[in-house]
Amino acid sequence: MDTRAPKPPRVGLFVTCLVDLFRPTVGFASVKLLEEAGCEVDVPMAQTCCGQPAYNSGDRADTIAIAKNTIEAFEEYDYVVAPSGSCAGMLKKHYPGLFAGEGMWEARAKALAEKTYELVSFLVDVMGVSAVKAAHDGTVTYHDSCSGLRELGIAEQPRRLLASVSGLKLVEMHDADVCCGFGGTFCVKYPDISNKIVEEKTANIAASGADTLLAGDLGCLMNMAGKLQRQGSAVKVRHVAEVLAGMDDGPAIGRGKD
Amino acid sequence: MQITSPAFKENARQALADPQLQKAMLHVRSGFIDKRQHAVDALPEFEALRESARAIKDHTLAHLDIYLEAYEEKVRAAGGHVHWAETAADARRIILDICRAAGARTVTKGKSMITEEIGLNEFLEKEGIRPVETDLGEYIIQLRGEHPSHIIAPAVHLTKDQVEADFRRVHDHLPPARDLSEPESLLGEARRVLRSQYFQADVGITGANFLVAETGSSVIVTNEGNGDLTQILPKVHVVVASIEKIVPTLEDMSQILRVLARSATGQDMSVYTTLSTGPRRPGDPDGPEEYHVVLLDNGRSAMLGTEFQDMLRCIRCGACMNHCPVYHAVGGHAYGWVYPGPMGAVLTPSLMGVDKAGHLPNASTFCGRCEAVCPMKIPLPKMMRHWREREFSRGLNPAVQRYGLGAWAFFARRPRLYRVLTSLAVPALALLGGRRGRFRHLPLARGWTKHRDFPAPERRTFMQQWREREVWKQEARV
Repeated sequence: MDTRAPKPPRVGLFVTCLVDLFRPTVGFASVKLLEEAGCEVDVPMAQTCCGQPAYNSGDRADTIAIAKNTIEAFEEYDYVVAPSGSCAGMLKKHYPGLFAGEGMWEARAKALAEKTYELVSFLVDVMGVSAVKAAHDGTVTYHDSCSGLRELGIAEQPRRLLASVSGLKLVEMHDADVCCGFGGTFCVKYPDISNKIVEEKTANIAASGADTLLAGDLGCLMNMAGKLQRQGSAVKVRHVAEVLAGMDDGPAIGRGKD
Repeated sequence: MQITSPAFKENARQALADPQLQKAMLHVRSGFIDKRQHAVDALPEFEALRESARAIKDHTLAHLDIYLEAYEEKVRAAGGHVHWAETAADARRIILDICRAAGARTVTKGKSMITEEIGLNEFLEKEGIRPVETDLGEYIIQLRGEHPSHIIAPAVHLTKDQVEADFRRVHDHLPPARDLSEPESLLGEARRVLRSQYFQADVGITGANFLVAETGSSVIVTNEGNGDLTQILPKVHVVVASIEKIVPTLEDMSQILRVLARSATGQDMSVYTTLSTGPRRPGDPDGPEEYHVVLLDNGRSAMLGTEFQDMLRCIRCGACMNHCPVYHAVGGHAYGWVYPGPMGAVLTPSLMGVDKAGHLPNASTFCGRCEAVCPMKIPLPKMMRHWREREFSRGLNPAVQRYGLGAWAFFARRPRLYRVLTSLAVPALALLGGRRGRFRHLPLARGWTKHRDFPAPERRTFMQQWREREVWKQEARV
């Protein structure tokens, strides 16, 4: 009789380009949460970006090239997990369509799509995590990033895990599910409109009374952090994984060591 | 109407700086979103109805020619006339001929986006025929010489105070001291002023929410009853409708009606749902002597069989714009033509060309709320992306964007090179960010730093640190 524990699932972490470049802490927090959930985590070096900047700019050829690179890099894992609803949504919901009717590549894209998850929904829905071992003293509010919410149905999972963080109080802001105005290249192509939208968001954040803003996507977080800081707000901004992993002792997004 | 879609950015800038507009736009958020949600929550089968509505339209579009011909036959059998108009100019000419034959000097109009699309009012005025809008919102913007900023709430860009000022200016025969402080008093006054117009009109022109092939009926849904008076009182009733308004049966119409008002205004049904089938029959108490239907194509048949066909399912409820953060920010006029918001961002390039309307499908965050609320499940973001693809393949987007994207893609396609470059650039940027950890100004990122600070990178890339950790682990094992 085989008495060994079942082999832990092998997870390939799709770091996402923004986390890789701007906020490695989120990557390490993801690794920690995944390992605590019983996964074996690897980070394939051949990954770069999911391709959304090209995809949403209408550049299909580059998108397909980048997608093929991602598909190849993650083929060997049981699961692919990304600390971003937007990038996970790209792999899960958009890659297969890029290869529609292309036989082998379509099959490979579909296989990748099926095993790809956003970090928090993976922890809750696949690994059955219902609580984390972390503490956070303060009041936080959670912004539902659009792709995670509307493409992947992520809303309840992060709130459930946050409820298990000792000392943490979650308050809901008004219109938590409304876009923050980031939209990838949208925010630099239409800066004035983007600004109007993020101003609505920061007003709602301020009105919530929270001292910390959390979300699951670094693009949205950088946008909201940048606006809050330009407005002189004291609200700290972090990726939800930092708090869930108990790795929230370093400077918040856009905050230096001062 | 003049197309200002190419100047979308400038339009948007002005809209953002317009305090009256910004005040009025708050109403879109408070007035539509919660009401729709309540209506949807109160109907457990709403999702199933959406699916059914989509299936009805998909089926109809797949057999559009058959249903249109069946419809034409029924209209003729009921004593009506059907006119096929390939272009906006064709439609205008047909309508003018009908008006001329009726000796019309005044026409009343029910609310119709199609007559906006073909620029009918300006055209009739030039030809010496006076069009009178009878829908309250349309009446208001006609007084102001404006165009609708929303497909179901044409004057939503105005505050009540602005409307009151317009009424006092135009209705100068009424006592100046009258009370117009409530919306109901404005509606009442418009009703009284319009009442005589219905009897003066020789022709009544309406749009159609549906055309029913089974019966040859045209259907309008309204809340003010103005549409009924427009189509019943004059001698001649002209229905102007685009070809995708057709549904096979009354049952199909009823199914779609169940999602229409709920999605639009949060009502279970609009106050009036009126079917017209041919002219007045012997023994009918009222109705027009002549009944005409002008069926407009204007680029729609060219959308069939393309990635934009799904757009022809649209039933013009306005839910997409009611839920769009970009529409909330800039209002409908910024979009520069008849159809604003997400549905306009897909439809306008189809009808006007992406070279003129290229900004519209680009000015979206792809937040997906439009698709989430669309009763016909139209994948609006996906179709906006299709327009971006067409633009990109035709080289229509700005050179700076193309080069920037090209340079980024060059590295994103080459992981090793990307690693080397980012592992040099990121620590440098982190160093520049200094102790503050962010930038107030950053060359090449002015679009960002104009309105917000730019967070500096933490220190080194994740990949640099991860590799070191792995090497360190390996060594620890040895």
